Order: sequence, then C-alpha cells, then structure tokens
Amino acid sequence: MNPVVQVKDLETTFFLKSGPFRAVNKISYEINQGETLGIVGESGCGKSVTSFSLMRLIEKPGKVTGGEFTLNGKSILGLDERQMEDVRGGKMAMIFQEPMTALNPVLTIGYQMDEQIKKHLKLSPKDSRDRAIEMLQLVGIPSAAERYESYPHQLSGGMRQRAMIAMALSCNPEFLIADEPTTALDVTIQAQILELFQSIQEKMKMSVQFITHDLGVISEVSDRTLVMYGGQMCETGNTQDILNSPRHPYTAALIQSRPKMGQRVNRLKTIEGVVPAPHEFPKGCPFANRCGRVQPECWTTKPRLTTVTGYDKRAVACFNPL
Amino acid sequence: MQDIILEAKGIKKHFPIRKGFFMREVGQVKAVEEINLSVRRGETLGLVGESGCGKSTLGRTLIRLYEPTAGTIQFDGADFAALSGSDLRKKRRDIQMIFQDPYASLDSRMTVGQIVEQPFKIHGILEKNEREARVKQLLELVGLKASHVNRYPHEFSGGQRQRISIARAVALDPKLIICDEPVSALDVSIQAQVLNLLKDLQERLKLTYIFISHDLSVIEHVCDRIAVMYLGRIVELASRDELFSNPMHPYTRALMSSIPTIGTGKKKMQKILSGEIPSPINPPSGCAFHPRCSYKIDECSKILPPLLPIGNTEHTKACIVNLKTNLKEIL
Repeated sequence: MNPVVQVKDLETTFFLKSGPFRAVNKISYEINQGETLGIVGESGCGKSVTSFSLMRLIEKPGKVTGGEFTLNGKSILGLDERQMEDVRGGKMAMIFQEPMTALNPVLTIGYQMDEQIKKHLKLSPKDSRDRAIEMLQLVGIPSAAERYESYPHQLSGGMRQRAMIAMALSCNPEFLIADEPTTALDVTIQAQILELFQSIQEKMKMSVQFITHDLGVISEVSDRTLVMYGGQMCETGNTQDILNSPRHPYTAALIQSRPKMGQRVNRLKTIEGVVPAPHEFPKGCPFANRCGRVQPECWTTKPRLTTVTGYDKRAVACFNPL
Repeated sequence: MQDIILEAKGIKKHFPIRKGFFMREVGQVKAVEEINLSVRRGETLGLVGESGCGKSTLGRTLIRLYEPTAGTIQFDGADFAALSGSDLRKKRRDIQMIFQDPYASLDSRMTVGQIVEQPFKIHGILEKNEREARVKQLLELVGLKASHVNRYPHEFSGGQRQRISIARAVALDPKLIICDEPVSALDVSIQAQVLNLLKDLQERLKLTYIFISHDLSVIEHVCDRIAVMYLGRIVELASRDELFSNPMHPYTRALMSSIPTIGTGKKKMQKILSGEIPSPINPPSGCAFHPRCSYKIDECSKILPPLLPIGNTEHTKACIVNLKTNLKEIL
C-alpha cells in the first residue's frame, strides 16, 4: 500500500532584506493511512513552516523553492490557487494552535462551518447545517444546535478548540495537520482533547501530522516522530525508539533538559547557548555550535540523513551519533 | 520549630464586576478565598493549578500588588498587610517578583543597565558609580555579560530576558521572591537553563521562593512543598515526596494523570476529567470540585470541606471522601 502523504526534499525559503534564509531544508517523510507522524522541535526549527508549506499558505517574502508533496499520488505543490481551494479544507485540513485567532470573530461558528461544507461536500443549506451540528456533537460539544449559532468569543478555550477540530474534520479529510493543537490549553483540557483526537482518528482513519514542542504529548499520540532543528531533519523513526534511545545529540539533549515526573535530578542537563538567528547558523550541521559531540567536519559539511541499522525505518543526520 | 518567613491568614481577594452608566457593582469574581499559608525560610513553596484557579492572584496579593479584600500577612516580623507609606516601601525591598512574560515585564525603551539599576534608584541606595558597578556584577551573576548594559531588551532572546528580570529581582538582596510562571513562555532547553539558575541563586543568596506554575513536572523539580489550588482555594498541601507518592485529593490525582509522559508509549487516553473549570463568579455549592469529581458523595454539594491534616501528618487536604491510598489502582 502506498503512503497517503509523501513529502520529498521540501525546501522553503524566505527572501529577507539580509538575504535568502532557508527555513525548511530538504525535509522528506511519508505518512501511511491511519498513522500519526509527530514533528517535534523548538521555536524557529521550521516545524510550522513545513505545515504551512504543505497547505500552500506561505506568504511573501517566503516561497516553497523546491521538493515534492503528493497526497494519494496527486501532486499538490503544482496546483494553481483555484485548484488548491478545492483541496484545502477538503482532502487536507489544518488545526491551528490558537483557535481565537484562527476563527473569524465576527461570524458564527455555524456560518464558518457551513461555508466549508457547502464548498467541498456540495450540500444544500439545510443538509450542511445538519452536518455541522452532527460534527459539533461528535467532538463532544454540549447543546450543539445552540453552539452552532454562537460566536467564537462565547466559547471557552477548550470548546473553541473542539469547534476547530469539528470544522477541520467536517469534510472527511484524508490528511490532517495539527499545529500545536493543545499548547494553549490547560492540562486536564489537553487530556480531553487528545483523547477525542485519538478516538476520531480511529474512526476516520486519517493520516495525521502532529506538531508540538512537548515530548510528552509526542510520546502519547504519535506512531513515528521527526525531530527538527534549524530547518533540517535531525532524526526520524518510531516514536518509542527515538525517545528511549535517541541517536542525535540534539534529541538526547532535548529529552534530558525536560524535568520528568518521578525522576528527580538535582540539576537539569541544559543545551548551552540559544538557537542562532536566521543568518548565524553554522555552515555545516545547524546544531554544531551547541553540540557536546561536535567534530571538525560538523562545521563545514552538512550531515546527510543515513539509515540506522537494526531499527524499522530509522535515520539520523549526524557525523558522531550516540 | 520551623522558621516561618511569611504567614498569610484568611486571605481573600474579590474583584468587583461593574456594569452600566453608574458602574454599579453587579457581582464579584472570587479569585482567592480564605487562604491560610505559611512559607518557611529557605524553602521553595509551589502553587500549582490550572488557569483561573487563583494562583497568580494569590501571589500578587501576598506581595500587595493587589490589596487583599480580607486577611493578614505576617512577613519577616512585620504586619505586612497593614503597612503603608515609607514603611511599606522599605519592607518591599525584601520581597520581589519575577513575571511570566519576559517580553511584557521589561520596559522596551530602557537599556538593560537602566532596568537593573531602577530598584537602587527607587530606594535611593548607592552612589551612581557604585550602582553601575553593582549592575555589572548582577548581570554576570545571572549569566549575562557586563558589556550588555547598554543594549535594549529586544536584542535578547526570551531566556536572556528572563535572566534580566531575575537580575532586577535579586538586585536589592531580597529574602523572598515570588516566581510567577517564570519558565512557561520559554523553550524546553532554555527552561532548563533558567531553572538551574534559579536553583543556584537560591543557594548562593539564601532565598525563599514561592513558585507558581501550571506544570507539575516543573513544580516537582523545584519545590520542597506544594499547594494545589482549585477555584481560589487550596485543596491539598504536602511536601513534594508525600504529594507525588500519595496524592489524596481527587483533583490532584486527575491533574497528575493528565500529564503526558515520555516513554509510556502511544496509549489509549482515558477519560480522566470531564467538564471545565466553573466560573469563580458563581462557584458551585459545597466543594467547588464536586461537579467534575468521580468520587463525589451527596454531602459534597452541601459541605464546604476545610483544609485538614490527614492523621498526624503535615499533609493536608480539603476533601471529605477517604480515597484509597493505593495509587496504582487509579493511575
């Protein structure tokens, strides 16, 4: 069976005044039907730009400058804007981090859902209203018919995120991108949303790309994981393999710098320094200036992603892996 | 007997809701209700809870950024809640605060040097040249360079800005620092740097911290004792070891089991806690947690449970139901 999502050598460049900056540099991955790929990294690593590139939502001065993205064998990056409107919100949908900024504050939840359902499923006004209310019920919003008439500000944060999920799922997408969907929520609400997410994915058999900075969330929701730093892939493989025995020094440092419940240490291991500014990344490996295992060649040559033997579909980009 | 640096009794903070042309008071947000709390010298006391539980309001009321609606605060031998004028200003040197958002809490039009110098100016301590030397020392103490004095906050990353706020907070050699979510806005690798810095400073400067956070794993890492808050009240208070090995309030348990953990594998999430936090304008009757609680009995909606010790221990909880102590059965 062919993977639903195939991304190959994706490159996105921002043409800044100070010169071009490659925010996403040769990213490749595949997602099978019903599978969840977690993308993890800190702010500025390019994880959100990757998603926006796939949704074709990159605006000037940014541009997708290379690579391929196919959804069920159909190339997406070559579509014009009219064709793209048929795909976006239909076959592929996205959930954003902050529902308050992603939803239109002056339109009701129902209006915003109808708009999408009418366009993609070509339903009559009455049927699309029924569909919208059915979706709101599916995501566990109480008194869905009333909430259909509500404006976004009348809902709590958790309910707004549920409404966002209902909207994204309303046209049966094959591919769903969730960009930090629970980061703005409290932990008990986060647990509710993650639970909802899993049960719906099981029912609808979607391929999901789940973006987060939280390794704990990654561990609980994703089958496979991609770790990014400085716009490049550090490591990819089965989530539990990566978390239990990281090979890339950055992955290992990320895991160690997080306090873990039940495992007390006196001092946390830290990653020295900060993520460099766009034009200050080292020429070779982007992590070279913060890495404890740096080799002379790391400064000059970009490490290629190489397969790790003994694991299923595992690869790491490092000259001196753990 | 433990040396108590701050003791708060019966602290309440209500915010009025005003509406209409005459701004009549139509109700109250009961952000903090009847809190009794004592902080021991040299310890880190954690306040943990979800948004809207009153943890930040409590922190700000203790430092009198908000005036308490009721209650007394004994701080380092003084009746802190009753002080005013120059007495209050003098005592405030000993109690400082670090805020969550290092972007909003530093004046963007002041240089780093001016920001860290400000406390000395306000309190009229040290001559100009001494102040400048001290500012440089402070910057180095928090891991920045003395040469950074003439830069502006926007030239720094989030983690470095939080270091600037820490330098400002420790400038006057305070005894107690209230840290209000100091690492929540930072990336994981930067969080670890700031948490380590706070620990080092506590040892070197003999500081006492009140550490406010919504993140239980951060709280477990830094705190000696922990108070769990829900809707304006403390529902459980215990030492770190006791709380994490033997949580006795249903809310504490729900909070702990909601936290995603590394290495447990992709698991079927369980329905842990249904519903949302109720409004503090109109809190539920009896125990505020009862509408969401899976252990509730009839009395829970009628009786407001007081915070009482469990047996003869220092572990206190506000719940009338006796939970099984075997945590494995629940988690």
